[in-house]
Amino acid sequence: MNATINQKPSLLETIIRKRWLGKGFLLAIAILAIYKLTISFLAGPTVFMQQVINGFQLGFVYALIALGYTMVYGIVRLINFAHGDVFMVGAFVSYYAIADFGLNTWPAKVMPGLPAWLSTAIGVISVVLLSMVSCAFLAFTIERIAYKPLRNAPRISALITAIGVSFFLEYFGALPIAFGPNFVTYQRPFEVVNWVISTSGIVALEPGVAPPDNTLIISNISLYIIIISLLLLFILNFFVRRTRVGKAMRATAYDKPTSRLMGINVDGIISVTFAIGAALAGAAGVLYATAFPQVYFAMGIIPGLKAFVAAVLGGIGSIPGALVGALIIGEAEVLSAAYISTPMRDAVAFSILVLVLLVRPTGIFGEPSREKA
Amino acid sequence: MFKKIPRTNLLFFGGALLVFLVIQIAISTHLLNDFWSTIIRIGGVMAIVSLGLNLIYGFNGQFSLGQWGFYAIGAYTAADITYRWTNLNEATGLSILLIGVLLVGGAIVYLRSLLGKIRGLDALSAFTMYFLATLVLGVLAVYLGKLVGPAVAGLLLALPSGISLQIVFVLAVIIGGILAAEVSFLFGLPVLTLGSDYFGIATLGFTIIVKVLLDNSDTMLGFAEMKGARGMIGIPKITTWFWVFLALFIVVLVMRNLLHSSYGRAIVSVREDEIAGKAMGVDVAEYKILAFVIGSFFAGLAGGLYAHINGFLHPSSFNFIRSFDPMIIIVLGGLGSMTGTLLASFTWALLLEGVLRLVLPQGFETWRFVVYPLLLILIMLVRPSGLLGTYELPFLRQVLPPLKAFSKSNSNSANPESGHPVPLQEATK
Repeated sequence: MNATINQKPSLLETIIRKRWLGKGFLLAIAILAIYKLTISFLAGPTVFMQQVINGFQLGFVYALIALGYTMVYGIVRLINFAHGDVFMVGAFVSYYAIADFGLNTWPAKVMPGLPAWLSTAIGVISVVLLSMVSCAFLAFTIERIAYKPLRNAPRISALITAIGVSFFLEYFGALPIAFGPNFVTYQRPFEVVNWVISTSGIVALEPGVAPPDNTLIISNISLYIIIISLLLLFILNFFVRRTRVGKAMRATAYDKPTSRLMGINVDGIISVTFAIGAALAGAAGVLYATAFPQVYFAMGIIPGLKAFVAAVLGGIGSIPGALVGALIIGEAEVLSAAYISTPMRDAVAFSILVLVLLVRPTGIFGEPSREKA
Repeated sequence: MFKKIPRTNLLFFGGALLVFLVIQIAISTHLLNDFWSTIIRIGGVMAIVSLGLNLIYGFNGQFSLGQWGFYAIGAYTAADITYRWTNLNEATGLSILLIGVLLVGGAIVYLRSLLGKIRGLDALSAFTMYFLATLVLGVLAVYLGKLVGPAVAGLLLALPSGISLQIVFVLAVIIGGILAAEVSFLFGLPVLTLGSDYFGIATLGFTIIVKVLLDNSDTMLGFAEMKGARGMIGIPKITTWFWVFLALFIVVLVMRNLLHSSYGRAIVSVREDEIAGKAMGVDVAEYKILAFVIGSFFAGLAGGLYAHINGFLHPSSFNFIRSFDPMIIIVLGGLGSMTGTLLASFTWALLLEGVLRLVLPQGFETWRFVVYPLLLILIMLVRPSGLLGTYELPFLRQVLPPLKAFSKSNSNSANPESGHPVPLQEATK
């Protein structure tokens, strides 16, 4: 009898129990990806590093959008498809503020004594703030009109409404009386400065001069994007972790009826969540338009979708998850555009999402689901 | 002895025949011009797609945004087959796909009976096996198809050209559907293990990947005739109202009978409560994939019909934004209501493509897509559960056999006098 109990499982049983086939499939894909990356890196290390820097630039913009998705989903379980279009509105608000009103130049006009870099920085920040406030107001209005009456309806009704709001913002924006159906060239709120990084140090690149070979180039666009994004992320993290409203927000996300019993104004908290997410999207709109200087009515669809993928990838409801997921998606997009083919970048982002979800069903930082969603 | 046909059945079949005849006569006598006849056919196609999605989401509760991707697969597959037949006079494409689809389908059915016996096999491992089998059989099908292609072409050429074209068309549409079903099986196997919303996002990703592949179909996939992002032209326009109606009618019947069978009740039980279903012995994973594959088959079928309406396919019609259309239709019509889906899809086509184009004054055509979302939001706010809720036509409504009838036929196996309701599984056997 002892022999049968201690019998070693057959090879087939081991393969099935340890899931070797599935793991092997994933491993094969991972090896292929690593091989491709290594080959690309060895072919031109500086070009590769340049792409990585570009990927960070894109990733931080995605992170700002992804936060709105992750917060709203965490609190009302709604995939807010209109979020990408709020991002578009943010970009357009900043476009009009700069092109028609010259908002970015007000510090130079009012306080001519300030150093140039400081007045530029204040100008940029005021443009970003204007976009954030308008987007927050827009999202607050949308939430009150379209989503709040459906709080107790089936979840799919709210989702369809979100799609309706998204269509409305896009096609209303495409009307000639609004933003118009054409691509508009964006005017950056600051002069672009490029720095060349090489072994001999960091040198500012003269405009109109071709950069030398085998060097990295960093522009102040990347610096603005990374600094503003990190600043907003820290403010948001402080807000959610340390303030009373942030605490109420986390409580509402965890359990709505109980937090209502504890005296939390749940509807108010949900509105605040929408507004904060939209404010971040507005900032992202300014930064995205600065990096890729073109605005048009449908610009929010693909970045919005990518950011949502990033939020799911990082684990929906988690703020560090949104950042990590967005950086992964940004890098994947830039690298696949550079080394596989430009149109495949959307497919690559989604393939990564599907593969990660197969390994970790709730995303990288996601908690295991507590209830049937 | 004649079996008595229930009155609801007579009414339904008679009504369907009447609708078909009225519209057919209106089209034949040019009472409905091309514009309106196209809209009605598109409405029928949308009804088939949406019924498929309603099976997946409305009845089985799997939030899928991939329906449009399967629709695209069906459309491009069928279009490619008929294109090659009419323009190049070759049946190699038809033979390769026919053999491939049958081989892979057989392999899936065979492997499923084998793998079903292995306990504790995870979805990803199973997927790997199916995937490898599909690859091998696909290569084999290409080889075999090239071999028998000329023979098939000769056989078809022996027939009158009108008939052979119709045969190729019907085969192409069915092959498109089966291919979509097989792709959905391979994709759904690992992905259906994800939770509800995560499954939605993964299927949305599928739609986007299909769109990207179609955009580059000439360079990346190597189908020069699909012309990538420029759009595929030269597809014969042979989808008549008759074919659309026939397909829709069969789909409605199949869905009705499926949902009224024990399979259907198992599918609905997955939507209602997975855990309770499992406790009752329902193989949840099995029924999820069953509903997903059948729904995708309908989508592929509809795609094949759609491709032959305008004779023109463009990847932008398979944009992921359009993938919300069937979702919008089934929610507007009422989730889990076939009648609502039918009504909503025809209304949707008539309203969006027809009425809004005509009603809006000159220079306001772009307002069409401003009015449409406003209507959508309004309907959702006024009737969150859809226009018809869960109303069904009497024929489509599930009628459980009365207890009395049951006691007559099965009086020896159960005790109806005790008044206990009979388990549903038993009642229809």
